[in-house]
Amino acid sequence: MSKLTLDDLRKLRDEKKKAMTQRESGAGKRGVVTIGMGTCGIAAGAKGVFDAFLDEMDKAGISDISIRQTGCMGLCFSEPTVEVATADMPHVVYGNVDEETARRIVRDHLAGNALVSDHIFDKPSVDIIEKGEK
Amino acid sequence: MAYKNYILVCAGTACESNKGKALYEALGKEIASAGIDTEVQLVKTGCFGFCGEGPIVKILPDESFYVKVGPKDAKEIINEHIIKGRKVERLLYKEPGAETASEDIGFYHKQFRIVLRNCAVINPEIIDEYIARDGYGALEKALFDMTPDDVLQEIKDSGLRGRGGAGFPTGTKWGFSKAVKADQKYIVCNADEGDPGAYMDRSVLEGDPHSVLEAMAIAGYTIGADKGFIYIRAEYPLAIDRLNLAIKQAKEYGLLGEKILGTDFSFDIELRLGAGAFVCGEETALLASIEGKRGMPVPRPPFPAVKGLWGKPTVINNVETWANIPVILLKGSKWFSSIGTATSKGTKVFALTGKINNTGLIEVPMGTTLREIIYDIGGGIDSGKPFKAAQTGGPSGGCITPDFLDTPIDYESLQAIGSMMGSGGMIVMDEDDCMIDVTKFYLEFTVDESCGKCAPCRIGGRTCYNILDRISKGQGEMEDLQKLKDLALAMRKASLCGLGQTAPNPVMSTMKYFEEEYLAHINDKKCPAGKCKNLLTYTINDKCVGCTACARVCPVNCIEGEVKKLHVINQATCIKCGQCFTTCKFAAIDRV
Repeated sequence: MSKLTLDDLRKLRDEKKKAMTQRESGAGKRGVVTIGMGTCGIAAGAKGVFDAFLDEMDKAGISDISIRQTGCMGLCFSEPTVEVATADMPHVVYGNVDEETARRIVRDHLAGNALVSDHIFDKPSVDIIEKGEK
Repeated sequence: MAYKNYILVCAGTACESNKGKALYEALGKEIASAGIDTEVQLVKTGCFGFCGEGPIVKILPDESFYVKVGPKDAKEIINEHIIKGRKVERLLYKEPGAETASEDIGFYHKQFRIVLRNCAVINPEIIDEYIARDGYGALEKALFDMTPDDVLQEIKDSGLRGRGGAGFPTGTKWGFSKAVKADQKYIVCNADEGDPGAYMDRSVLEGDPHSVLEAMAIAGYTIGADKGFIYIRAEYPLAIDRLNLAIKQAKEYGLLGEKILGTDFSFDIELRLGAGAFVCGEETALLASIEGKRGMPVPRPPFPAVKGLWGKPTVINNVETWANIPVILLKGSKWFSSIGTATSKGTKVFALTGKINNTGLIEVPMGTTLREIIYDIGGGIDSGKPFKAAQTGGPSGGCITPDFLDTPIDYESLQAIGSMMGSGGMIVMDEDDCMIDVTKFYLEFTVDESCGKCAPCRIGGRTCYNILDRISKGQGEMEDLQKLKDLALAMRKASLCGLGQTAPNPVMSTMKYFEEEYLAHINDKKCPAGKCKNLLTYTINDKCVGCTACARVCPVNCIEGEVKKLHVINQATCIKCGQCFTTCKFAAIDRV
């Protein structure tokens, strides 16, 4: 990647902003699963959870949802935490997600369009960037 | 097939014990009898944090937030809200004092995330995602639309104060460095987070490393520095990996390095790894360590802002302070200074730990009360026992007692009650925690971590620890209290750096608020919390049914007795581990 000029940076930002809000094709078309992978999440088993999601989605033949990692959400009491945002369902945060729960989320939530009981937690606050909080 | 509505019922311990279970069942029954179970999904959730208002029901997708919902309300929620689409006004959460429920979703959140804005949102290993969320937009604004003086004024106007603990105004600090003429200046990020129980900085670096890089570049532009260092402890391997990756990506994009975005401004950042000495979080010791010397503090002034790294002006700020900078430039100082209290602007991140249900990393506006943090966000005390104290500021801080639960938290208010903001560790304690034990723990830490350069800290700390140790063993005397006070005062006044000056704070604070506990240890030779082993005696009373559970669990086999007969503890060999006490199901073991 060559060095950016001011225009490049602005163009890149607009492109990526669009890409993050509306994924139109391929992986991530229907939604995104975001796994908290700070030290805390990893210590609680997030890496195994990541693999479990990949494996179970493979088995279920789901290819329009992408999986990504992020930092710590702050819900340390319920690590590992996973956020599931799909087009046709409310966006939710799941906590205490072990590998078995990850597979349940794929089967029930991603494939079956139902929420997974006992693991839902609340997002800690509104997003000041997305909401343009002023 | 997708459901139209989702009814989330909190199944946290607090809500469950408050008829939450019956509510869940009642809602299930109503859904079934209305015949809408293909349209509505009833879901149990983890704790929402708002335990004082429980049981809590949230309805998706419209995000209605019902509080204090009883089983008898189930019918109304189903009939009105789900079937007819009319919210049940009387159950909606209203902010204290407000007549009607707020329309704004997320209104019930007590948290406000500025520093943690990108944590758990972006992938920290992909620079594009940071850029998509206005990342490097503040640097762009500074380089193209603002002079260094403009940036400095904006930071000053924002009222941002150092988040490392001391709360020094950031703009003023930058101003000192900017005013000095020098051929070379430096920017340093203090990521040597060492307070027991604190991990705010680690989470920011792991979750949003670019925000710190961007902020350091902005400071470089402001004061005229082209070189930055991040001093991070080697115990944070993931944060180090992600920082290295972030620096690499930023350089590839030309957002760090020579001629940033085609301007004449150049700025480069390198990492320096700390070997785990707590004192290296003190700024002069940190700078010595970067220079390759032994990490020991030197007297101030001159302050690093004027004469720092290799004798050059150096702005040194903590991770959390840096993470605020881009947002201040993007949203403006006016926006930032509208958050918080009169003297403390913005938010503070706390690492909430201890005897609390929802341990975690939280960010709240300055001026939030301890009660809101513990009960609305933290979900209350996990043991169900009364709240005793919250320790803030780590080894440099003190305790906040129940009397101050409603004090708005900011730099001044905490100092006034003998604690301090500190870097943001907050440990919640209940009545099972012995304050002498806790104080001893912190003092042991500072004695261990004292660099030994100045006598007040090296000798004073050790002597204080010895006295506390005696008290905890029942060998304390009344004069010890005065001795502790004298030593604390001497350490405060004569120690070279913040470590020694603040090391007696836990002692002073607990002696002030928990004097009766000190007296109980000294005069009655008792530990009211049942923590100090030397002061405890375990005996078996006549409630004993002879189940032998205690004898089996005793690690030193000091409990004797036959089945179905009263057991006896041999006091000479008992190590006071308390295992029998927690094992006994018949309350047959007395701990005094």
